[in-house]
Formats: sequence, structure tokens, C-alpha cells
Amino acid sequence: MSSRFTNILIPVIAVFLGVLAGTIIMLVSGYNPIAGYSALWNGAFGDIYYIGEVVRQFTPYILAGLAVAFAFRTGLFNIGVEGQLIVGWLAAVWVGVSFEELPKIIHLPLAVLAAAAAGALWGFIPGFLKAKFRVHEVIVTIMLNYVALHVTNSIIRNVITDGKERTPNVAESASLRSPFFESITDYSRLHWGILIALACAIIMWFLLEKTTRGFELRAVGYNQHASHYAGMNVNTNIILSMVISGAFAGLAGAMEALGTFGFASIKGGFTGVGFDGIAVALLGGNTAIGVVLAALLFGGLKIGALNMPLESGVPNELVDIIIALIIFFVASSYIIRWFIERISKKGVK
Amino acid sequence: MSLMDILLILVPSTLLWATPLIFTALGGNFSERSGVVNIGLEGLMVIGAFAAIVFNLTFVDALGASTPWVSLLVAMAVGALLSVLHAVASISFRADQVVSGVAINLLAIGAALFLVKLIYGKGQTDIIQRGFSKVDIPILGDIPVIGPIFFQNTYYTSYLAILVAILAWFVMYKTPFGLRLRSVGEHPMAADTMGINVIKMRYIGVIISGGLAGIGGGVYAQAISSDFGHATISGQGFMALAALIFGKWHPLGAMGAAIFFGFAQSLSIIGNSLPFLENIPSVYLAIAPYVLTILALTGFIGRAEAPKALSQPYIKGSR
Repeated sequence: MSSRFTNILIPVIAVFLGVLAGTIIMLVSGYNPIAGYSALWNGAFGDIYYIGEVVRQFTPYILAGLAVAFAFRTGLFNIGVEGQLIVGWLAAVWVGVSFEELPKIIHLPLAVLAAAAAGALWGFIPGFLKAKFRVHEVIVTIMLNYVALHVTNSIIRNVITDGKERTPNVAESASLRSPFFESITDYSRLHWGILIALACAIIMWFLLEKTTRGFELRAVGYNQHASHYAGMNVNTNIILSMVISGAFAGLAGAMEALGTFGFASIKGGFTGVGFDGIAVALLGGNTAIGVVLAALLFGGLKIGALNMPLESGVPNELVDIIIALIIFFVASSYIIRWFIERISKKGVK
Repeated sequence: MSLMDILLILVPSTLLWATPLIFTALGGNFSERSGVVNIGLEGLMVIGAFAAIVFNLTFVDALGASTPWVSLLVAMAVGALLSVLHAVASISFRADQVVSGVAINLLAIGAALFLVKLIYGKGQTDIIQRGFSKVDIPILGDIPVIGPIFFQNTYYTSYLAILVAILAWFVMYKTPFGLRLRSVGEHPMAADTMGINVIKMRYIGVIISGGLAGIGGGVYAQAISSDFGHATISGQGFMALAALIFGKWHPLGAMGAAIFFGFAQSLSIIGNSLPFLENIPSVYLAIAPYVLTILALTGFIGRAEAPKALSQPYIKGSR
């Protein structure tokens, strides 16, 4: 069996096993799985409003997934997408509320770029520490997530506002909200950001697959020593990868800041989008197209889940369990591969 | 406010916040010394907190005063059980250990909230009637000066945590089991050659970590939060991981770091009432544990070296 086919088969099997596990959990807890899943489906695609919301959720998932996947291709594990997203969110809102008179053509790109730059800066720190001091990026990014959470809360409370829980709304000239998208989706919160997210997926594909720099980034991911021997600057590539990854994550924050919410508020905990991005990237096999497909799946699951308690009484956390199990199954692909090989060998005999 | 008054507030509060961190960091220590990264400490604490609260609410009438202690044992068992999943995925199925840990975190919070809604029909449990309560430890509490600061108005669990830390140090550095555990985390192939069962040792390391993290969650839930909801455990597991690294993967170091982080946490909460700290914004205290950990890893505060085989699955016969 070709490895390409197996690579596609594994995520499909993982999703299937996740759904199967969800069915069993519903049966054991005394819920009707058919009612549960049809509520999930209706909540995701049953109405044009829900479709709008799914695409709205799809947007940050693409970017968070791209962020994780991009770093992964250079052999780095960016768990800090959550923190980079939060600082990006704050930066976008800060720019959005600070300038009143700017025309939209300047203000909106400025706010979006501020988010990307803030995320990139937050990604630069672990990249730099990895390149310079060989500090493992996983620990640094986890720690930076919490630093981001506390620092942004403090800035919202003490710098942007005067002791308030949330910032004012961003100026109209910095908003990604789209009256057109809203009107065709029965007034969901769908916004222009989806175009930015899809463009970023194309940028990632082009950068990694079609440029010399992308080749270097991937080479460092495969084998640092060989890349070094071939004359590539491993440290520069590590830092660059984390910076680009952080920029994607910062953009995911901009989607929430300028599109979905239009403000930033004090957070008691993480948004979860950054961690879901890990699931998206893994399921998508760390490729641009895979990330887009996986983000759509998770966006649908997350939005559809909100309808589950209303229509079937199943707690929406079931979907979180399913997502976690899907990650387990994809991560344990060694055993799935082993099974596939066993079965296909039997077929030959 | 005299120094004595300040210490009377600060020391018990530090110990209170440090206790769950000590247990969980020690748990992480066993897992990581055996060569398995455990990012899932947070999730293991979540499930421990959940199990302790549910058991406590259900059996408080039957068990009376011993309820919190029995609940703690239940939390340990449930934490150990969930960690088996991490062990199977990362040791036997050779999954990326960090990814598996992330999945544990997502799974724990999802499953716990799902079950809370299933059992209680709402997103948060009731408040428990019998948690761990403050005590004056007999005899030790009567010592002048030291007694009131360290042994009055405090919790038995804090001293249990310190005893467990000393025990963990003894087990890890003074027994054959500990030597095997560490050797498996440093050089599994050499350990295998010497007849040590690498897979078994790693399973034991991860399961101990699950049990201790479960206790950590159980202590937190029954001494600090008193109920269980989506935000009961918010970052304590990661802070314990930070304590483990800041303590250089050594049980006593981890304990010291956990106490220090507990100190920082309690300062960020009660700092406003202390005269010399009221002008320092609480955000500095809140981020101190994380920044210090990064500095420790970078080598500015004595370099922290991880076990050599950390995060590498052991595949027999490969070099």
C-alpha cells in the first residue's frame, strides 16, 4: 500500500474511531447517539446561520493550525500558539481603538499587521532561546502562554482602560465585520477574515514547497546536522520558523479581535483555539491543505456541539472528548499503521 | 504591621498554595526521570480534583470526618488510571509524548465537565461541606515563635506533601528502584542491556505521576476551591511542571521551587494587604514563576539539565 494513501487513511480512521468512541460514550451515559449526532449535524449545517458560524470558527482554526504545522515542519513544537494568539488579539484591539481618524485602507491592515507582529515577537522569544541556548521550545512556549495571559489582562485593565473588564469596541475603520456576509448568513458573525486565513494557507504552501527558504526550513526539520553540513544556517531557520509560526497565531488573534468580537476582555483562562490548533495541524498532517480540511471539521464539531444540549440533551463537552481522542489516535498512528500493514498483507495472501 | 504579623499571614498561605504544586511536581518528577514527558499533569490534576469533589459530595454522610482523606485516595486512583492512557500512547504506541499529554489535558477537562453535567445536571458542582480545614498541629504548634508561624493555622496536607517529597528523594536516589528509574530515563539501551525492563519502568513512572498529580488536584479542590467547575484547575499543572524544571528534576529541588511558586501565588493574592508590597503591580508576581523557569532553562540561574532520553520512545534494537 502506498505511503501517500496510508497518510490519508490514518486521519480518516482516527476521526472514525473518535466518532465511534463518542457513540459508545453516549450509549453508556444513557443518551441516544442518533439524536446526539443529528443535533450536532443540524447545529453545524442545518441552517444558513449555523453555516456562517461554522465558517467563522473555521477562520481562527485555520490560522492556529497553520501556526502549529509550520513550526512542526521545521521540527519545532509550538505549544505557544495560544499565547501568541492572545498577544495578537490585544495588539489588534490596541491599534483598533487607538486611532480614530485613519481611513480604513490604512487602519485595518495596520491592526492586522500589528497582531501578526505581536505574535511573531512572542514566537521569536522561544525561537531565539532554542537557537542560542538550546532551550527546549515546548517548555518556553508553555511558560510564555501564561505570561501572555497575565500581561495582556494587566494591560487591558491598567493601560488601555481605567480598571475596566473590557476594552471599547475597535473603530469601524479597523473592523473586519462584513455586513454582506452577515446578511447572506442570516446575521451570523461571519466576517472578512476567512479570506485572510485562506490566503495564509496558500502562502504557507507556497513558502514551504516552492521557495529555497522553505526547502531550508523543511531540511532543518528533517535533519539539523545534515542541513548544517550542507551550509544552511540552522539557527536562523529555527528562529524564522518560530517567527512565522507566531505571526500566523497572531493573525488568528486578529480574527477574534477585529472580526468575531471587536474588543478584548479580561480572560480567566485560555481561549482553547491555540490548543485546538495542535489537533488541527496533527489531523491535517502538517500540510496547508490538510490543515484547511481539519479546521473545517473541527469548526463544524465545535459549533455543532452548541446545539447538542438544546436538541438532544447531550452535554457539548462530548465533542471535546471526541477531539481529544482523535488526537490520541492520530498520535498513536504507529499502531494504526501496524494494523493497516497486517490487514493489507493478509489481502495479498 | 510587624514582621511577625506578616509571617503569620504569609507562611500558612504559601504552604496552602504550594501543597498541590508539590504533589504534582513530584509526580512529574517520576515520569520525566523515567524518560516520559508529562505535559498532561494539568489534565491529571483536573481529573483528580473532579474525582475528589464528586466522591466527597456523594459519601460525606457515610464517612464523616475522614471524607477528604478517602476522597484524596480516590483522586489518586483516578489520576493513576487516566495516566495509563498516556503511558499506553507514549510508551507502547510510540506517540509523540507532548502530543499525548496535550490530548490528556483536553480529554480530562472534557470528560470531567461531561460527567458533572451528566451527574448534577449543571456546569458546576455544589460546594463540599467537609474539606481540609485549618488545624493547629499539637506539640509542634506550642514551640515559641516557630510554632505559630509554621505549625498553627495550617493544613496537615502541607506537611504530608513535604514528607512525600523527602520520601520521593529517598526512593529516587537511595534505592535500587530509583536507580533503575533514572537509568531508564538517561540511557534506556544501556539499562536494557543490564536487564532492566525499560517499558515496565516507564509505565511505573507515568502511573506514579498520575497518582501524585491526582492527589495534587484533590488537595487543591478540597482545600482551596471547594467545588469543581471548568476553571477549578487553571494552570496549576503547568506551574507544577515549571516547578519540576526550576527544581532541576530533583524531588527536593522541585519541592523548594513549588514552595517558592506557592509564595509567589499567595503574594499575588494577598500582596495588597502587606505594607512593602502594595506598590508592586500583582502582574509581576503572577508571571514570576514562568519567567524564572525560562531563565533557569536558559542558564541564568544555574542550568537545568533534562534527563537525556526524555521524550524519546524506546524501540528495542534500534540505535
